[in-house]
Order: sequence, then structure tokens, then C-alpha cells
Amino acid sequence: MATATLDSPPAPAEAPIPTFTVTMMVRRFDPDVDEEPRWQDFDVEMYPTDRVLDALHKIKWEQDGSLTFRRSCAHGVCGSDAMRINGRNRLACKTLMKDLDITKPIYVEAIKGLPLEKDLVVDMEPFFASYREVQPFLQASSKPEKERIQSASDRARFDDTTKCILCAACTSSCPVFWTDGQYFGPAAIVNAHRFIFDSRDEASSVRLDILNDKEGVWRCRTTFNCSEACPRGIQVTQAIAEVKQAIMFGKR
Amino acid sequence: MAIEEASTLTTARSSSKRPAGTLYRGNTGMWSWVLHRITGVAIYFFLLVHVLDTAMIRVSPGAYDAVMSTYKNPIMGLGETALVIAIMFHAFNGLRIILIDFWSKGAKYQRLMFWIVIALWVIGTAGFAPIHLANVFSEGH
Repeated sequence: MATATLDSPPAPAEAPIPTFTVTMMVRRFDPDVDEEPRWQDFDVEMYPTDRVLDALHKIKWEQDGSLTFRRSCAHGVCGSDAMRINGRNRLACKTLMKDLDITKPIYVEAIKGLPLEKDLVVDMEPFFASYREVQPFLQASSKPEKERIQSASDRARFDDTTKCILCAACTSSCPVFWTDGQYFGPAAIVNAHRFIFDSRDEASSVRLDILNDKEGVWRCRTTFNCSEACPRGIQVTQAIAEVKQAIMFGKR
Repeated sequence: MAIEEASTLTTARSSSKRPAGTLYRGNTGMWSWVLHRITGVAIYFFLLVHVLDTAMIRVSPGAYDAVMSTYKNPIMGLGETALVIAIMFHAFNGLRIILIDFWSKGAKYQRLMFWIVIALWVIGTAGFAPIHLANVFSEGH
């Protein structure tokens, strides 16, 4: 059996599973040494079923322990390892080697628009500051005995935007955010959308007011980079358009 | 390590480090926005000149005619062609953006609409440019 199996960790198999050598170009930056970020290349032996995160692990564990990146769950849930892979924002743990062109080097660098801390780690604080500003929590005055009842269709209204894992892949793919760090960014608007269109919430007008700002939804230039970058497949630009319409014509 | 990182968060020491790496590989949406911005700025500068030259008619008809006659050369003719091509893209793509914002299915069909914009743009250019360039290079209509 020569085909690749789902055994992602390279367990010593009886039949040889084909491997290939991949060149990883990683944009390194050590604030103690470097003035500017620099590219460094590593050759790693990979399986087709391995992910970019596995390649980074191999580099860190076997070649250069100083390589710095964030990751926690490694299964596309925690949203820690968003990075720019071959020029596009992706989660390293959800990008398979076989989906990339391995005849060329694979370029990995930190996400754009947030202050670079070290190697692939950026300062996420401006991102979370915008997130906090839209009041991303349920605000309801009712005190029900058990739960706040919601119909299935009311729940479905904001289902798409509940999927956000706050990885910042969308916000750091936005050309407006790169040049204007004051812009709330797609992720904050997505999380505002999640509560604005929640029938149980009572503060949607407050959030719409916050987003009806020079640096709010009107900064969106519909480049669709966010929708294409989202690892959860959230239709981000659609959500922003719905918030724009809610500001202009009220909720529907 | 964790303590060090926490301290860098509060001091914002690395704020001047702007990562400039590979060009972001956006899709049709991003490039249509880039083109929209470029054509928009170009049209804006044309409008500045256009307001000035049209205002010459208030100065005197002679001055207006003098300015207009300086436009009658092949270089300005090529510029006019570029201007109309830029306006056509900006206009069609502007309609696409309006539909994205106001039509509930706009975001879903944005890519299809982009290719429709490109098709209309090519058709419009094919209809306009040959006739206009023939006029420009045959000197006078």
C-alpha cells in the first residue's frame, strides 16, 4: 500500500509511506538581534498528509529551536496559528502539504498589519481591543427561570457568525486594516453581527451605533480578502454588508 | 518567556516594526478594489483639470477655445482613450460594489459580477477605442 494514510504523526509503518523534501522559507525576526525581518530557508522531510504546522514543529524540534510561533490545539479550533502561507492568511494546522505546490518553496510569515513581536508571533492586542469595543456578550434584561427561548429560525439568522475563533486571519488580510489600524476590522464586525442579529439581545442599537463610525463598517471596501481568508468559512463580507444595511434601514 | 511576552504587550515596544513581506495574494475582489482605487484617483485628477478648463468659458470664449485647441494632439487623444477606459471600469465596478452593499445576494455573486464587469469593460473598450483612435490620428473629425 503506497498511498498516504491518515496517520499524520510519522509512525514507523511497515509499508513505506512516500515522503518528500519541502523547502520552507520562514520570515524570521528576533527583536534582540535583527533590525529588519529576514527570510531563512529550511529543508524538511514531509508526508503529503502533514500540515504546515507539522513542518514548523519539525524545524523547531529538529533544526532550530529558536523558531517562535503560536499554536495550541493544532486542530483548527483555538485560532492561535494564523499566518501568511504563500501570501495568503491560513491556519498552519489546517493547511495540508498536498494542497500546496511543493515543487517551490513554501513561504511562511507572520500575519500583516499587527506589530511583529518575534518570528511568526504578532502583538494581538490591537485586534482584541477592537473586539472588546463592540461589546461581544449577551445583554438582556429579562431574568428567565430557565433559559431565554429562541426559535430555530431566529438562531439560524446569526449562525454563520457564531463560528468565529478570533484567529485574526480576516482582519490581518484586510488592506484597509493594514493602512488604517484604527479600523475595527472584519473580526470585530463579525462578532458584533453575532449579537446584533441575536433575538435575545437588547443592545443591538448600541453596537450599531459603535459601528456607525468613520472607523466602523463604512471603512469596508468589499475586497473579500476576509471571506477568502476565514478558516471557518464565515461569509465575512456578507456579514459586514448586513450590518451596513441594519445601520441604514434597521434590522431585518 | 511568557513573562517577557506579557511585558512586551504592555509596553508596545515593537510598534515601529512593520512587517513587509511577500505581496498579499488576494483574489479578484482585492484586485478589483486596487483597480477601482487607481482609476478613481486618475479620474479625480482629470476632473480637477476639467473643472479648470471648463471654467475658462466664464473668462472668455476665446480663452476656452485656446485651451481646447491645445488638447487636439495625439498625446491628449491617447490620454482621452485611457480616461474613457478608466471611467468605464470605475462605473461598472461601482455598480458591482453598490450591488454588494445593497443586494442581499450581492456578496454571494461578487465574483461572477466581477467577470461581468470585465466583459462589459472589454466590450465597451472595443466599441470606443478604435473609433476614437481613428479620429485622433486622422486629425479632425
